[in-house]
Amino acid sequence: MYQYNDFDEAFVRARVAQFRGQVERRIDGSLTEDEFKPLRLMNGIYLQLHAYMLRVAVPYGTLNSAQMRQLAYIADRWDKGYGHFTTRQNIQYNWPKLQDVPDMLDALADVGMHAIQTSGNTIRNVTADHFAGAAADEIEDPRPIAELLRQWSTDHPEFQFLPRKFKIAVTGAEQDRAVTKAHDIGLRMVRNAAGQPGFEVIVGGGLGRTPMVGKILRDFLPKADLLPYVEAIVSVYNLLGRRDNKYKARIKITVHENGLDKIQHLVEDRFKAIRAGFSGHDQALLAQIETAFAPPAFVTKSTDGFEAARLANPAFRSWTDTNLAEHKADGYAIVSISIKKHGQTPGDATSDQMRVMADLAETYGHNELRISHEQNVILPHVHKSDLPAVYQALRAADLATANIGLASDIIACPGMDYCALATARSIPIAQEIATRFDELKIEHDIGQLKIKISGCINACGHHHVGHIGILGLDRAGVENYQITLGGDGTETTTIGERAGPGFSADEIVPAIERLVTGYMDLRIDENETFLQAYRRLGMEPFKAILYPAEDKANAA
Amino acid sequence: MARSFTPKVVTANALLEGDAVWLTEDNTWTRDIHEAELITDEAHGDLRLLEAMAQADKIAGAYLADARSGPDGPEPTHFREAFRTRGPSNYHHGKQAG
Repeated sequence: MYQYNDFDEAFVRARVAQFRGQVERRIDGSLTEDEFKPLRLMNGIYLQLHAYMLRVAVPYGTLNSAQMRQLAYIADRWDKGYGHFTTRQNIQYNWPKLQDVPDMLDALADVGMHAIQTSGNTIRNVTADHFAGAAADEIEDPRPIAELLRQWSTDHPEFQFLPRKFKIAVTGAEQDRAVTKAHDIGLRMVRNAAGQPGFEVIVGGGLGRTPMVGKILRDFLPKADLLPYVEAIVSVYNLLGRRDNKYKARIKITVHENGLDKIQHLVEDRFKAIRAGFSGHDQALLAQIETAFAPPAFVTKSTDGFEAARLANPAFRSWTDTNLAEHKADGYAIVSISIKKHGQTPGDATSDQMRVMADLAETYGHNELRISHEQNVILPHVHKSDLPAVYQALRAADLATANIGLASDIIACPGMDYCALATARSIPIAQEIATRFDELKIEHDIGQLKIKISGCINACGHHHVGHIGILGLDRAGVENYQITLGGDGTETTTIGERAGPGFSADEIVPAIERLVTGYMDLRIDENETFLQAYRRLGMEPFKAILYPAEDKANAA
Repeated sequence: MARSFTPKVVTANALLEGDAVWLTEDNTWTRDIHEAELITDEAHGDLRLLEAMAQADKIAGAYLADARSGPDGPEPTHFREAFRTRGPSNYHHGKQAG
C-alpha cells in the first residue's frame, strides 16, 4: 500500500492547521456561515439534519489495519461509536462537534488519511474496483493509477472551482465492479492489439436527476498518456461546463449538449497542447507508486481444512458460497464481509466491528482491507485454509451474514434520517426489506439481486442502476417511493425504467415482495436472474405484478 | 385576495453541535420546538429570520419552516421538520435520546 512521504505528511498537517484556525474564527464569530461554508466543505464537513457530518476519504477504497483501527478510535472518541461506509468508498461520521473536527482530522493524518476534497466542486476521492490487486479477471492493479490521480488532483490549482463535483472511477478488470460508466470519467483497463495495457476512457456518465451512461472518448489510451489526457478532459470541462445552472453543470450535460465529437475534438487538442509538459516526471512517480502496491507474498499451503470445514458446517458452506470471490493466487479467496446483517443499517459498522476486521486483516489478510461501493468491507487476500477461523471471528462479531449479492445486500443512502437534501427516508425501507426476505427465507432461492435505494433524486443510493431501484420522494408532504426496474451498474450499464406510480412507505415493502416472488414464478429456471428475466420479458409482466388490475379498477 | 400565510417558526442548527434549534420570542435558541415563537405574519417572519441570521456565533443555516399551534406549543407540519424534532429512525440518537 502507498505510505505518505514527507511531502504528503506536511501537506495534510498544514491543511489541518489551516482549518483549525478557520474553525476558531467561525466559533468566535469572525467568520459568518456564508464565509465558512466553502472552507468546511473543502475539508469534508457537512451540516445535516441533526448534526455535522465528517466525510473521510478512503482512497480507492483501500485501508490497512492501523487505519481501520484509527477509524474505530475516532468513532469512539468523537462520535457515537460507529461509522457509515458509503457508495463512494468513503466513511462518514454522523455526530461530530464542530470544535472537535480539527482533532479528528489530525487523528486521520496520524495514519495517512484526510477528508480533503470529499465535498465541493472539485475532483473527489478516486474510486476503484474493490477487488483490485486480488481479482482473477484483472489485467493490472488499478490502484497505482488511482493514487497518481489522487496526488495530481489534490489541491490542483486549476481544478478547485470546477462547474460541479467531478468523480473518477478506475478498474483493471474485465468485470466492472467500479460502476465506471456512471462516473464523470471512467477508466477501464484494456489491452491493445499488441497486448499492451492501456485504458478505455469513458466520459459523461452519471446518475442523479439526469442519469446517463458514460460514452467512450478513447478506445485505447496508452498508460503513459493517462495523466495528461485526464487533465485535458477536466480542463475542457472546466471551461465549457455550465456555471449558470447547477442542474446542468455536470460533465454528462456538457457532453450531451455539445456532442461527443466536439468534446473529443477539444480534448484531443488540449491533450496535444499539454502532453509535452508531462516530461516523464509523472511516469517516474507512477513507477514509485507501483512498487508500493506490489502484491503480498502469497504462500502455498493445503486447502484440505477448508474443504473439510465446508462439508462439516452448512452455515460456513453457505457463507463461502455467497461471500467469497475468485482470487488470482492459488489457494486464496477474496472475502466480502457483509455489513448488512438483516435489519441493520446498510454500510454501518461499530467501532468494535472495525477492530475485529482490522485484526482479521492483520492476522489472515496481509494487512489489507477494502471498502466496496456496495457498502461492504473486503478482505482481499485470505488463504482458504484460514477461512474457518476468519468465519468464526466474524460470527462472534455479528459480521458473518451470508448475503453478498442477494436481496438483502441493499445499497441505501443515509436518506432523510440524516441528509439535509433527502426527500424521504431510505434506511428504514432497506431494513424492512432485508428483514422481510429473511423472514421468508427465500433470498438464496431468489439468487443474484441488486436492490438500491436513494432518498432523493441525487441518487447517492445508485437506484438507477439497481435491478430494482427505489427512489424516495416527497409527494404532497408524504414519503412516496418510486420503483425502477432493469438497471445495471456493471460493464453492461443500463439505467432502470420507471415502473409506474409510487408507493407509500407502508406499501413499498409488500410491493417489492410481490415483485420478487412474481419474478420467481416468471423465470425459466433458478439460473435465470431477476435482471435476465427482466431483459427477456420486458416491463409489462412486472408492471402487472406491481399494479394488479383490480387495484387499477378500484382506483379509477 | 391575499394568499393566506402558513404559520412559521425560525429554525437553524446550533453552531457547535449542529443540533436543530428554534428561535424563541425573546431571541434565544431552544432545542424544543414547543418553546419556539410561532409566527403568523409574513412581514414579521421575514424580520425574525433576519434577526436570527445575525446571530452567526450561535447558529448556522437559519430558515423559516411551516408549523402549527398545538396543545404544547408550536409543532411541525412536515415530516422532515418532525424528524428534526426527534432524530434518526435507525438509532436512538439525537433529541429522542434526551
